[in-house]
Amino acid sequence: MADLKVTLAGIPLRNPFLLASGIWGESGSSLAGAYAAGAGGVITKSIGREPRPGYPNPTVVTFDQWGFLNAMGLPNPGIESYPEEVATARKSGALVIGSVFGPDAAEFADLAGRMADLGVAGLELNLSCPHAEGLGSEVGQDPADVEEITRAVVRAVKIPVIVKLTPNTSDPAGLAEAAERAGAAAVSAINTLRALAIDVRLRRPTLAHGLGGLSGSAIKPIGVACVWQIFERVKIPVIGVGGIMTAEDALEYIMAGARAVEVGTAVAFKGIRVFGDLVRDLGRLLDELGIASVNDAVGMAHRVPA
Amino acid sequence: MRTVCRVESRELETPSTVTLRFSYPAPARPGQFVLLWIPGDDELPMSLSYTAGLKGVTVKGMGATSRHIADVQIGDWVGIRGPYGNTFDVSANNILVVAGGSGAAVLAPAAEAAHARGARLTVALGATTAPELLFRERFLAMGADVHVATDDGSIGHKGYVTDVAERLVRANEFDAVWTCGPEVMMVKVIASADRRGVPTYCAIERHMKCALGLCDACSIGPYHVCVDGPVFPASQLVILPEFGHRKRDPSGRSVPH
Repeated sequence: MADLKVTLAGIPLRNPFLLASGIWGESGSSLAGAYAAGAGGVITKSIGREPRPGYPNPTVVTFDQWGFLNAMGLPNPGIESYPEEVATARKSGALVIGSVFGPDAAEFADLAGRMADLGVAGLELNLSCPHAEGLGSEVGQDPADVEEITRAVVRAVKIPVIVKLTPNTSDPAGLAEAAERAGAAAVSAINTLRALAIDVRLRRPTLAHGLGGLSGSAIKPIGVACVWQIFERVKIPVIGVGGIMTAEDALEYIMAGARAVEVGTAVAFKGIRVFGDLVRDLGRLLDELGIASVNDAVGMAHRVPA
Repeated sequence: MRTVCRVESRELETPSTVTLRFSYPAPARPGQFVLLWIPGDDELPMSLSYTAGLKGVTVKGMGATSRHIADVQIGDWVGIRGPYGNTFDVSANNILVVAGGSGAAVLAPAAEAAHARGARLTVALGATTAPELLFRERFLAMGADVHVATDDGSIGHKGYVTDVAERLVRANEFDAVWTCGPEVMMVKVIASADRRGVPTYCAIERHMKCALGLCDACSIGPYHVCVDGPVFPASQLVILPEFGHRKRDPSGRSVPH
């Protein structure tokens, strides 16, 4: 059986499948449940300074088969009440990565420090939510901002810092270079793509917030391309995200250069058991292809002779 | 599926409760819910009070959005997505239905499905006052043995519907209890049934956003009400410290119920 273990920026993972931020991660019991279902690690909801209810509903538009449009609006219980959730997850044995968001470098650094104090294995900076004013991708589209925020966080904590990048820019790989310059241990790509749906009968956007972010199978080729380009331009590990439904999807990302992958939307289509299925199926797929380990497959598609 | 459709009928069930019905073609089973969107306002999870023919929801005009839903008129557009969630197992033969307030909305179609299978139905229905009893006639039309309780004693037992349920559970040999209403009420109903060894099934409510099992808003213990519920065997709920005590607010913070 192929070896699925990977080490991501110093974090040992039993397999490369991480629960993507925003999925399930408000409560510690849900994080614990996702890890128990087979995830290699779980990433928390993006946590901010204050409790934040998010946008009113509709926060999701569903498309049969291929994905969702969402504008949740970064709902989260706030860093003050989050210690008990992380504690619940960690007590279950889950490997927890803490996601944080903020409006500027100082707040990012403060939140990152407080999240690190909870004993998480690493941090993921949400510089990529596509639908929150003054947050997420609004502070993550400019490489200079990415560099400043990442540097402030790296100075504030001792654990690995992962920067989650937006695809809503002309040069995602340039953002990855900025994160690397600032000392990031890894980058994740991609967050959702900015998108809009209009209800023609009602003559208005369907999401209460209007603009949202597109996830699911529809965005997978875009994510794979981003990971491909980032892999060519940085030395730090890349986490692939976007539309991973099957082990084959995951292996595409891995061959494009991802050392680990995040899974989110698939949970809605297949339930949390998707993690167990992905782990089993990736092992089988690697065996079938005669590839000994995930590590061997990382970036493999770049090495094919022309 | 999701779509928008025009409201085709609007029925005042009680002075504060309205049933809206619409033509929504997706098949639905008793216990399931839809997300009902009032354009320009919020979108709320609503149990289907009618699951066959014209689908329907029955709304008590309490919060700001449910007031808006109750204000919807015939011909107005509403957005519907779903149905979501699980269903009542209608295979029991002698069922006690315990409904508090608008809890009858989800229990009535389930009772009809059980009745259609030939089940014997006993109903304990609670409300603040006689005119607020929801679906009493509908339960009577199923041939159910209906017992009522009101806070003001204007009809039936003066006091809690849980007292009525306790008496009924002691005097009968039910093989299932179905309940929906305030969580403190359901906790008492479960205790009464449990003392007689009768399994209880509860339809519960939590704040809900995506309804797809993704966002975690409706989590209770290891469950997500939108996909694992809304109907739970009481045995799964009573072991959760949150049940009857805590819920999560829209930010995901655990707060008193």
